[in-house]
Amino acid sequence: MTRWILGTVAATALLTGAAIAKTDVTIGLQLEPPHLDPTSAAAGAIDQVLYSNVFEGLMRFASDGSVINGLAEDWDISEDGKTYTFKLHRGVKFHDGTDLDSADVKFSLDRARAEDSVNAQKALFANIASVEAVDPLTVKVTLTAPQGNFLFNMAWGDAVIVAPESIDDIKIKPIGTGAFKFDDWKQGDSITLVKNADYWGDAAKLDKATFKFISEPTAAFGAMMAEDVDAFYSYPAPENLAQFEADPRFTVLAGNTEGETILAMNNKQAPFDNKLVREAVSHAIDRQAIIDGAMFGYGTPIGSHFAPHNPAYIDLTGNSEYDPEKAKALLAEAGMADGFKTTLKLPPPSYARRGGEIIAAQLRAVGIETEISNLEWAQWLEQAFRGKDFGLTIVSHTEPMDIGIYARPDYYFQYDNADLQKLMADFDVEADGAKRTEMLQQAQTIISEDYVNAYLFQLALTSVVNAKLQGIWPDAPTQAIDLTAVSWSE
Amino acid sequence: MRSLIFGLALTVMFALGALVSFVWTPYDVTVLEIANKLKPPTADHWFGTDHFGRDIFSMIMVGARTSIAVAIVAVVIGMGLGVPLGLAAAARKGSLLDEVIMRGNDLIFAFPSLLIAILITAIFGPSAVNAIIAIGIFNIPVFARLTRGAALSLWTRDYVLAARVAGKGATRISVEHILPNVANLLIVQGTIQFSLGILAEAALSYVGLGAQPPTPSWGRMLADAQTLIALAPHVALFPGFAILFTVLGLNLAGDGLRDALDPKLRVMR
Repeated sequence: MTRWILGTVAATALLTGAAIAKTDVTIGLQLEPPHLDPTSAAAGAIDQVLYSNVFEGLMRFASDGSVINGLAEDWDISEDGKTYTFKLHRGVKFHDGTDLDSADVKFSLDRARAEDSVNAQKALFANIASVEAVDPLTVKVTLTAPQGNFLFNMAWGDAVIVAPESIDDIKIKPIGTGAFKFDDWKQGDSITLVKNADYWGDAAKLDKATFKFISEPTAAFGAMMAEDVDAFYSYPAPENLAQFEADPRFTVLAGNTEGETILAMNNKQAPFDNKLVREAVSHAIDRQAIIDGAMFGYGTPIGSHFAPHNPAYIDLTGNSEYDPEKAKALLAEAGMADGFKTTLKLPPPSYARRGGEIIAAQLRAVGIETEISNLEWAQWLEQAFRGKDFGLTIVSHTEPMDIGIYARPDYYFQYDNADLQKLMADFDVEADGAKRTEMLQQAQTIISEDYVNAYLFQLALTSVVNAKLQGIWPDAPTQAIDLTAVSWSE
Repeated sequence: MRSLIFGLALTVMFALGALVSFVWTPYDVTVLEIANKLKPPTADHWFGTDHFGRDIFSMIMVGARTSIAVAIVAVVIGMGLGVPLGLAAAARKGSLLDEVIMRGNDLIFAFPSLLIAILITAIFGPSAVNAIIAIGIFNIPVFARLTRGAALSLWTRDYVLAARVAGKGATRISVEHILPNVANLLIVQGTIQFSLGILAEAALSYVGLGAQPPTPSWGRMLADAQTLIALAPHVALFPGFAILFTVLGLNLAGDGLRDALDPKLRVMR
């Protein structure tokens, strides 16, 4: 009997011991990456899985969005602001055992800015005149003009350092320098990363991390409730969050994203080429109703294309206050007192599908009839984003500091304003912090007062996390699920 | 007889709801009242409100309109094309025409109907009209086969022979003698196809390929309610019940009609 009890105690101790020693994590994600090369696609899922975990850049984003040193141990900017000299960390190895040296950096940057580059953010590198490997650990980057946000640019997932030796297979077998190594990709199911024992910096606390792809909100709810996943990043159904909050097993992280959710208007298509009509649409929309109805209260109203947690943010929601009477008056002034009919194309996320139904009802109230079509992402990219065949559409722009898209007349909403284009061009080369802030505020005001799009709300990042899991970024300063500091508490 | 009455009563109830919704619903289903969302059933809102604060009872009334309209038109398409094809095939039994019609039917039958419906709506875009076409196409072979089978046995009857001797052509015989005698079979089948049409419409809207918002549709109401089941079960229950009872009503009515109309069963009783 005594022996039996002792045995049970020992077994229990072993079991508890195993529970404490949990060193792997499974993260649920809604979207699966199309491939695994962050330097050749815009898909956010690629960066979410790989940024900072597998691939690192010269600079990197910290959890609060500030830019800190990555592979660069130190950097120096010349007097004229045109030459950046990066000093690389010593002893950094790629996962295939090869050393990281200045040639790899030169290769990565030259590849990204090349004529035939398929990098999704080529603008980040547009200002680079030359990249020079001074010695194995020193890289000199010369710019065509001084650029205030060059270090910021180098922190993007699209600017990570890759090696020429492993570039051919990068889409299925990514080789980086990060704290985790790519292990396995079961397409349609999961991606597994394992700890990189030879990591140059602070080693990861987890031995293994699995990203599991669950696109269905109902399935996500089930997986979380059954604890099949330890965390669900950017949980897709805000209506379930209250239930998770009430459950002691879970924590709900409500953070900021860089996702400005907008009702985009096709500025080159009648009647949205008329500013009065765009203004009318902006006044017809009740943001709070959309946040409450589509997002169950998660989200911050915005009045321009700018994130409220950014220091340069100014509150411009007053420009487009909810005022259906004013909207009707503006429509009448534009010669469309009887309203008009347009299309509203909606991609799959609930902010768009649900938000779209609410917006359609609000627009109907001022006489604008919308024909809703629900599209899959591929169709949306083809029809709305590339084909520019839409009147209205709802989408969240999740790239950080992307107000520059308003200076691109060929961008899908087709806003063409020479003043703003000049302002953004000046902004790119301005190095003075105060002036940069001022210019950003000017840009916010211009697009807000031009009613380019109707600005709805800043997407909240709501992740459901096992209460014992620590270190998941609550905010999303960039598209990343940085697991390097994640661990289990006792 | 009892099932016929019960089935018809259910069907008429939903049909009435759909008709009344043209002139009156308790609440306007196009007006959202977010502050009033996900309210459980009360005296004001008999079936509660959905995630946009719309009255679910009103939405089910209007949704019945969508379902019934899609199903009726789909049955009409199926009958309108299927019955003449079946009559023609029977009139020319064994001919090339018969072969072409019946093998064409086999071809449509060979594909799972919902899959083709998804294909059609995926190509031509999701809308109620495309859903009708997709469902209607699958009703054609059902009616064609049924008509042909029944007509073949009629063609051997003496009165048909008499008509032929009297010099009537195949078309006239089909219309004047065959069609009236297969009509009751068609009515029964029509009822069954009608209920299948309602199910198919619900399935297509559930996957987002049927009627597009803001037109309420039972299938989409279910899809919208999916993530809300834990939070507000009534949002999913009521459209689910609506589909269940309409289909049940139509099936009972179909059974009852068969009992009442089929001469063989009548003799047995």
